[in-house]
Amino acid sequence: MAFLQLQALGKRYGAVDAVVATDLAVEKGEFVSLLGPSGCGKTTTLQMIAGFVDVSAGRILLDGRDITHAKPASRGLGVVFQSYALFPHMSVRDNIAFGLRMRKVPAAEIKTRVDRVLELVRLTPHADRYPRELSGGQRQRVALARALVIEPPVLLLDEPLSNLDANLREEMQFEIRRIQREVGITTLMVTHDQAEALSISDRVVVMQGGRITQIDEPYKLYEHPRTRFVSGFVGKANLLQGELDASGVPQVREQPGNGAVVLSLRPEKIDLVDAGSGRLQGRILTRYFLGSQWLYRIDTTLGEVTVVRRNDGDAPLNEGTAVGLNWPSELLRVLTADEVHP
Amino acid sequence: MNAPSVYRDAGRGYLLSAPALILFLGLLVLPLLLTLVLSFNVFDYSVGVKSDAWTFAQYINLLTDSYFYEIFFRTFWISALVTLLCVLIGVPEAYILSRMGAPWRSIFLILILTPLLISVVVRAFGWSLLLGADGLINQAIAALGGTPIKMLYTPFAVILALVHVMLPFMIIPVWTSLQKLDPSAEQAALSLGATQAKVMRLVVLPQVMPGVLSGTLIVFGLSASSFAIPGLLGGRRLKMVATVVYDQYLSELNWPMGATIAVALLLVNLLIMLSWNRMVEGRYKKSLGE
Repeated sequence: MAFLQLQALGKRYGAVDAVVATDLAVEKGEFVSLLGPSGCGKTTTLQMIAGFVDVSAGRILLDGRDITHAKPASRGLGVVFQSYALFPHMSVRDNIAFGLRMRKVPAAEIKTRVDRVLELVRLTPHADRYPRELSGGQRQRVALARALVIEPPVLLLDEPLSNLDANLREEMQFEIRRIQREVGITTLMVTHDQAEALSISDRVVVMQGGRITQIDEPYKLYEHPRTRFVSGFVGKANLLQGELDASGVPQVREQPGNGAVVLSLRPEKIDLVDAGSGRLQGRILTRYFLGSQWLYRIDTTLGEVTVVRRNDGDAPLNEGTAVGLNWPSELLRVLTADEVHP
Repeated sequence: MNAPSVYRDAGRGYLLSAPALILFLGLLVLPLLLTLVLSFNVFDYSVGVKSDAWTFAQYINLLTDSYFYEIFFRTFWISALVTLLCVLIGVPEAYILSRMGAPWRSIFLILILTPLLISVVVRAFGWSLLLGADGLINQAIAALGGTPIKMLYTPFAVILALVHVMLPFMIIPVWTSLQKLDPSAEQAALSLGATQAKVMRLVVLPQVMPGVLSGTLIVFGLSASSFAIPGLLGGRRLKMVATVVYDQYLSELNWPMGATIAVALLLVNLLIMLSWNRMVEGRYKKSLGE
């Protein structure tokens, strides 16, 4: 049986369903992300697991124990908040020791455990500072250390990186993953940033309108989005119309017949070839330089198509150039319609 | 750029603050100085104030007469108790207020402020109607077969009425401090195993200390110099410093003595408040950095 289980979990605020019949099983040591736009119910789900929000329906099981209605203190989970929620009137050391003091751990043991976790998050030199004297990334580490020091069965991260600037965010992303691996702790992270979810999770749970739309490993999620929503939310996607040909292979069609389907094609899967060849003809509308890549917006008979090409050092194509577009048809993904219409 | 450039930048600042400055000097600093001067004038019961003769007699009188010690001591213990009660009632009240939902919060905030909208004299008379020997409470006690209690003209009446007036001055600064609190810090403490009581004591209270400090300073200062409530509810026998000053001026007609007591009240009040401020502020300044 999975370590952390959500069974038909639901939350209702008055007439509004925030979370609907959500099932999820997280294995021990796994890093799972809840991904979705704001208002999709991911934070509510996390808060129900943490015990800050009452559960309207369903059950939460932790290591076989029903914690659905347990108080937050008795769950003993580690929580890292979006605002870090550090205690501003306590030093870094006292912030981290707080949970151990509440557990009446002997002072000598508190010291060794705090020292160990300070080393883990690389904050040993800042132990006696106050939160307001720390940078955003350092505060984040304190929050992480404070949650980890109590050796919780599960670590809950609520948008842990959204208050950091872009460079630091990437660094902390890998840092969180390193620490999670080192400790081997079961982790559930809530995020609205798909890049964050893809890069550090073992599995990603995409939520939309209070429901889970897809659960998959990051690579599979990206390569095989199930619905139109997932393909648009996780990475960039061109949505093209088409149909299945006689042998069941999806093909892009300008005027699909009865069996019309929506196909997803990732921008980096499209090759730019000489005008006249390829599967589709177009003209470059605009191009954007992204550093390692060029992003082209191309006007075609099927509408605007986005293509991303690697910056291989050669001069990029100019705006206005006529080009042909080509792609392997096995990389077209058939999407099902969204179950939820926001 | 013709007219404005006439004034230099520094000059303009003084010019703009001049009306407030004149008001401040004319209505506060000048009377205070005059009071200070008056306190050193010689007083003679047959001729009154001799404005050209100087003496320390009033100060010596103040420092040697145990009557004044008693009055000052009473004033400060009553003020300290009022302040303590305001902290005990006001801080939890402000916390509850900050946790209230949309319509109720404003309604209760206005309710808390209402004592300030009623004249002190009217309010004091209201209390005396309630607490008097023949007042509502004693009538109720009598109706239930008990013996009436003396409440009016006791410290109890003064303290009760003062707490009632001063409570808003405690609640509002604490409430402002609470607004700055990150609500998830309380959730964090709960998730780390703290009980609700420990969350209050270890997380919420230390962070609202700046508000509590301003509240205690305002409440103590206003209570120690309050006049109408001790005057009307303390009666002739239960005197506080402000009522003694009033007596010296208007009954004894000994203005220099009244001025001396007033100056002494101001100084002692300042001393107590400044040392209290230092003592409390030192404890949170390092961590909260305010």
